[in-house]
Amino acid sequence: MQLAMWTYEGPPHVGAMRVATAMRGVHYVLHAPQGDTYADLLFTMIERRAARPPVTYTTFQARDLGGDTAEQLKTAISDAYERFRPEAMLVGASCTAELIQDDPGGLAAAVGLPVPVVALELPAYQKKENWGAAETFYRLVRTLAGPAAGGERTPRGDRRPSCNILGPTALGFRHRDDVAEIRALLGRLGIEVNVVAPLGASPADLARLGEADFNVVLYPEIANTAAQWLKRAFAQPFTTVVPIGVGATRAFVEQVAALAGVDPSPVLADERTRLPWWSRSVDSNYLTGKRVFIFGDATHAIACARVAATELGFEVVGLGTYTREFAREVRAKAEELGLEALITDDHLEVERSIVELQPEMVLGTQMERHIAKRLGIPCAVISAPVHVQDFPARTSPVMGFEGANVLFDTLVHPLMMGLEEHLVAMFRDDFEFSGDALPSHLASAGHAAPAPVVEPAGESSIVWEPAAEQELKKIPFFVRGKARRNTESFAKNAGIASITVETLYDAKAHFGR
Amino acid sequence: MTAAAPVPGCDAPAPRVRSERGQRAVFCGLTGIVWLHRKIQDAFFLVVGSRTCAHLIQSAAGVMIFAEPRFATAIMEERDLAGMADMHDELDRVVAQVLERRPDIKTLFLVGSCPSEVIKLDLAKAAARLSAKLMPDVRVLSYSGSGIETTFTEGEDACLSALARTAPRATADDPSQLVVVGALPDVVEDQFARLFDELGIAPVRFLPGRRSTELPKLGPNTRYLLAQPFLGATAATLDSLGCVGVAAPFPFGAEGTTAWLSAAANAFGVPASKVREVTALKENRAKVAIARHAGGLRGKRIMFFPDSQLEPPLARFLSRELGAELIEVGTPYLHGRWLAPELALLPGVDVVEGADVDRQLDRCRAARPDLTICGLGLANPLEAEGLATKWSIELLFTPTHGYEQAGDLAELFARPLARRELLEV
Repeated sequence: MQLAMWTYEGPPHVGAMRVATAMRGVHYVLHAPQGDTYADLLFTMIERRAARPPVTYTTFQARDLGGDTAEQLKTAISDAYERFRPEAMLVGASCTAELIQDDPGGLAAAVGLPVPVVALELPAYQKKENWGAAETFYRLVRTLAGPAAGGERTPRGDRRPSCNILGPTALGFRHRDDVAEIRALLGRLGIEVNVVAPLGASPADLARLGEADFNVVLYPEIANTAAQWLKRAFAQPFTTVVPIGVGATRAFVEQVAALAGVDPSPVLADERTRLPWWSRSVDSNYLTGKRVFIFGDATHAIACARVAATELGFEVVGLGTYTREFAREVRAKAEELGLEALITDDHLEVERSIVELQPEMVLGTQMERHIAKRLGIPCAVISAPVHVQDFPARTSPVMGFEGANVLFDTLVHPLMMGLEEHLVAMFRDDFEFSGDALPSHLASAGHAAPAPVVEPAGESSIVWEPAAEQELKKIPFFVRGKARRNTESFAKNAGIASITVETLYDAKAHFGR
Repeated sequence: MTAAAPVPGCDAPAPRVRSERGQRAVFCGLTGIVWLHRKIQDAFFLVVGSRTCAHLIQSAAGVMIFAEPRFATAIMEERDLAGMADMHDELDRVVAQVLERRPDIKTLFLVGSCPSEVIKLDLAKAAARLSAKLMPDVRVLSYSGSGIETTFTEGEDACLSALARTAPRATADDPSQLVVVGALPDVVEDQFARLFDELGIAPVRFLPGRRSTELPKLGPNTRYLLAQPFLGATAATLDSLGCVGVAAPFPFGAEGTTAWLSAAANAFGVPASKVREVTALKENRAKVAIARHAGGLRGKRIMFFPDSQLEPPLARFLSRELGAELIEVGTPYLHGRWLAPELALLPGVDVVEGADVDRQLDRCRAARPDLTICGLGLANPLEAEGLATKWSIELLFTPTHGYEQAGDLAELFARPLARRELLEV
């Protein structure tokens, strides 16, 4: 039993819904009690989808349990087929129906539908949403593309190279816009996109997956299992670079060009990204060494850590993920940055880590946005779980070269603008000026009293002399927490019990800022 | 049950009540935690369930706005179900964790879920055991908010029923009192308290109150008045304690509020002239506030999807005070005893108990109402088909009872239509 106030991922059948809802011509019959239909509103409200998710719930009640819930499921399957006429059907159970063991797969087979039926076994008490999405996508691909496997591949000849784009789903973080951006990038390379799946694909499209030369895996959490099977079944290689940030997009271009046998240099000579210059322009000097904390799904957390460190010149002080399936990759990235990765699905543990590390910015999910807001730390959302604001009206990818532009804005906007930070530091002693001023463009925060940056009580054995405490207050609020922490750790190491003004400046000299 | 409020308009054609069975697109009773925890501020709600339960509540509640919400889920895992861990030991451990975090908690509700009900985890027994251990600091109660047993608002009913069972017992010697039943926002509770005071009805207690430890003594001299239509089980519990229920139209709109107050006044022997004296000005003020929105709703054709059993009183308000035309009034269930005064005020309309969401959608698309009141899963899809909607959960999350909120309630229905008038895109 695990105590959860909040959870980063839903149950695995919600992952299955993300796949079914993304597709056309698929219907999902879910053996589930009433109440489980709440999941519909995730799609219709958060993503503003104009249609109900293609899901029929049996919504059995306690009084049905003594009777024949299996019959109820069979009726739901045949009714749903009659009403929606899907090209393929998914059947499965939610957590409660898993306990009553009605065997949705067997019952669906007994109904004898004239379309392919994929029975999903998604262990609700072991697995979570992303795993459920990956498993569902894999099962669908295997069932629908499988019959074509093992056939002779027609030699490519003069045909343009082609690929599939795998992984985008409903309720994904910027999936809609990433697909548009990557599709355009592949187009500029002269590579045809055979199928995008699951987002926008029909069962007939999945049946054609084997026709492509290779697969582009945009979201490994969702597409890796299917891509590995496609590799075995159709000898299709797949990409391993996720094109988030300028460097990774360049590497991605090189990788797909190699897989497609095309020349990457025209595209690389015309990148259409402003990030490198924006990052090198003098205003961005003030971004140097900004201490950032990053938490999200594995793919986005790793990518943002790389972008933050090498494309914006930030210092990554914390890196973590809730995606246990990809913990190894996140640990490796953290180690590279000299950190220990935080692998947890307990948001309170993430909050403790943020409080302790005193970052100047938090990049995370909607939950970290709330944590950072409470702590008065600038923040940006870089990963699912998503909320309504993560589906902007404008096109706003995080992948590809335009995605890198978007990321620059996303990561810099919450911070004090460079020259503004300089001016605050310059004028902070002016009696008419408040050193606690917030960034001028963060209007809503500007009216309220600045949220106190949490300064943890630190070393209880160490005392601040009043003069040192006064001096500390002259430091702008957005670096004060760090100055306090650095000074205390300096004092502790030096065996100093009482911090004076001298200790403060000794520590400043020691840490170099 | 004592005398219902005088029922005007009973010569009009009666509503046709029928029931329907099929797929239900409603929340389960766990959702009630969202407003119950805000009302009872020293209580903690621990759902014993699955990841789905946790996900449901956070999706319905927008949990992230709370630093430390006063609710959580004890998520059952494979090892619990496989019997590798003793479920009761595990529950004790999680409860200890919760109380360590929240030492200010006085009442802990163990809330049953679909999976805990299916595996027949005895939460009543667990609550008794934990209470014995934790009293007097913390009292542990249990109720079921599972979807297999409760629909949306029935969760509050189950909770209040459990709370009422623990109230101290009054005897026949105790003075008479009025207990208003149903979680009301504090501002509404205070307004009603002032009104009952002006009517000379005293003492008046509210169930639930703001503090779980301050329960009224319940017994034969207790008259109770439901503030929400969905509290049938709580009413049955109060009956079993000898309390006497007062059936009335519910306090939505000017008319409903006056009828509700009148029923209580009648039960306490307050003369009608006194009721007029106390209510006239406020009722008039409410009518003025309602009238501001009536133009937008008069003659509009309205359909309710089943959600909370607030539908019959709200439909009555729309029809009688705003001049709307009702096409169909869906309700997830219908407590005949408590809804009779409402049904008597409804015009000849189809009242459909239960649900078959696909068939209801068929009827909705065929009728093309001017306004459809439905859940959040249906609202945007219907809007995309050109049908204006009002999402029903807001009717529970917003203060809507009484005279002073009657205008706000009208505005909730009028706003989607007014917005359509504004938009040129």
